[in-house]
Amino acid sequence: MIHVIAFYLFAVMTVASGAITILSRNPVHSVLWLILAFFNAAGLMILVGAEFIAMLLVIVYVGAVAVLFLFVVMMLDIDFAELRAGFVRYFPFGALVAIVLLAEMVLGIGAYRAGSLTLGTPNGTAATPAGASNIEAIGALLYSRYLFLFEAAGIILLVAMIGAIVLTHRQRGGTRGQNVDKQNRRRPEEATFNVKPEVGKGVQL
Amino acid sequence: MDWSQSLRLIAPEETLSIAGLVLLLIAAWGGDKASRLISILAVTVLVGAMALVAPALCSSAMGPDTSAFFGQYHADAFSSYAKILIYLSAAATLVIAPAFFERLGAMRAEFPVLVIFAALGMGLMVSATDLITLYIGLEMNSLAAYVLAAFLRTDGRSAEAGLKYFVLGALASGILLFGMSLTYGFTGTTSFSGINAAVAGGLSHGALFGIIFMLAGLAFKISAVPFHMWTPDVYEGAPAPVTMFFASAPKVAALGLTMRVLLDAFGEQAQAWQQIVVFLALASIVVGAVGAIGQKNIKRLMAYSSINNVGFMLVGLAAANQQGAAAMLFYLTIYVAMTLGGFAAILMLKDEDGNTVEEIASLAGLSRTRPGLALGLAIIMFSLAGIPPLFGFWGKFLVFQAAVDAGMMPLAAIGFAASVIGAFYYLKVVKVMYFDEPVDVVKGESDVWHKAILVVSCLFISPLGYLLTKWLSALAATAATALFFAS
Repeated sequence: MIHVIAFYLFAVMTVASGAITILSRNPVHSVLWLILAFFNAAGLMILVGAEFIAMLLVIVYVGAVAVLFLFVVMMLDIDFAELRAGFVRYFPFGALVAIVLLAEMVLGIGAYRAGSLTLGTPNGTAATPAGASNIEAIGALLYSRYLFLFEAAGIILLVAMIGAIVLTHRQRGGTRGQNVDKQNRRRPEEATFNVKPEVGKGVQL
Repeated sequence: MDWSQSLRLIAPEETLSIAGLVLLLIAAWGGDKASRLISILAVTVLVGAMALVAPALCSSAMGPDTSAFFGQYHADAFSSYAKILIYLSAAATLVIAPAFFERLGAMRAEFPVLVIFAALGMGLMVSATDLITLYIGLEMNSLAAYVLAAFLRTDGRSAEAGLKYFVLGALASGILLFGMSLTYGFTGTTSFSGINAAVAGGLSHGALFGIIFMLAGLAFKISAVPFHMWTPDVYEGAPAPVTMFFASAPKVAALGLTMRVLLDAFGEQAQAWQQIVVFLALASIVVGAVGAIGQKNIKRLMAYSSINNVGFMLVGLAAANQQGAAAMLFYLTIYVAMTLGGFAAILMLKDEDGNTVEEIASLAGLSRTRPGLALGLAIIMFSLAGIPPLFGFWGKFLVFQAAVDAGMMPLAAIGFAASVIGAFYYLKVVKVMYFDEPVDVVKGESDVWHKAILVVSCLFISPLGYLLTKWLSALAATAATALFFAS
């Protein structure tokens, strides 16, 4: 029973926050509603037993993608009212896209009713071993069978990082960085001196 | 599976990754002042990696003993053959690059590191016997290549080349991934041997679409027509040493990868992809030859020349047998020598201020002002055109022989006819150098390394190269046997 309640709760929240994402006028609010939609979708994933995908949704989509959207929306000064202004002009094109999508959905459902495609049967590695949660199963595969490729993928990320630095980093002249060593070597006697000015005269520096 | 065995088999990859990381640390602390030192170390590492892969080729390693990590990676004679060519091209790039970049004040310590990681990725590509290894190797190579293309970031053409290469390369990767997912969906496995077993009984439509999409993605990487549009622009815009790298090593890697995918994974269904390869081959030969005729920039000319050469190599692949694969590997070796020599010569074309001369018209009368350089360039152009006493002829001869033996007479005939068109523009360069009035533009001093590479490759493709024929064809045949034995 609790399953059913949880499912409807998450499902209704997902659909509702998805709808508000589209409808809300303020783009920042849209992104916040999108994050709520992601969280509820993660809840649905937990209900079907795919806890790894649930965590990916929270970490990747909420943690990275949605925050990135938020930054972009807040930093770029986009006038959304102006973007919406061309609605009538772009309506035929939008309608065309909608019709194509509708036709594809009708075809897809028809094909689904007609029977499923004959796909290949997964060999042993693709099936979850009994008694293991799917995080354990993925981890065990990733760090044993696919260890080599996992490490190689790490090198790809490193190459991407080097590339970004090579293409954007430049030495700026004229900046005055902190030199800790020089600061530490400085003694009081170099930095201060005592003078005894005569009455009526200033200090000669 | 035996872990120590697997770790021993990937020794060249381990060496390159550790060396890349250590050199990166040296680059971080030494800064751009250390770039000469890093280049020298990187060349040493690449030569060391060549020494590590050579035993597998000499002992003609093949079969299950060469399989590492549950069949995701094969260190057999085929991969060793290709890796030696790849590491050699990467080392040659590192040898000639410093002189070019230092004059522009653009030598960065990261350049050799990126080349090392690109070579690592390409090594993975030719060793890949699993779709995931294939993709990871390809992306590692491509990401490094995008950065290398845009390495002269203050130069607008270089930045444009990098961006163009990146956008189109990402699209091609997407198409390739789509094909891979279809193949996985309809065969249920990502390993090449598993796919081969699954399609042995017959090819479903889904898997056929998988092959087509994968071939489209791979054709982009080898710049076969109709996926060649990026090549002239990227070759022209990228710095000359990087262009030399692009024209040599990634071509070897991507062609090796294509051979593995088609012959290992889909070897049982050769008739499904043969006609696609025949089309790619003929289109590349014709477009490469015709497109080059109007070119005024010698780097663009070399781009079309590489498209044309890829077409000839695909003729060998279209035969879909061991003889064809061996001919293709032989051709690749000669192609790498011609490309390295050709670009070394192009790098030596400098005006008074040391700027690289790229206009073909500026080469007029080169035979009188710089007879040695003109002779070297002429030898390379004649060899690229396939004029008999030079080695370039032998490569073309072998691939056509393989095609004729496989009963593909029309393919060979059209290829022959188109190679005559190709000869026109190569000979045009020779004519400009030898028979036109001197314009006396090329005056700059040449770097000793550029000269060395030009001389070595000219000797290799000169009739002296035929002395190596027996030895090279034995190695190519071993490598091709290993390729067929892996499946």
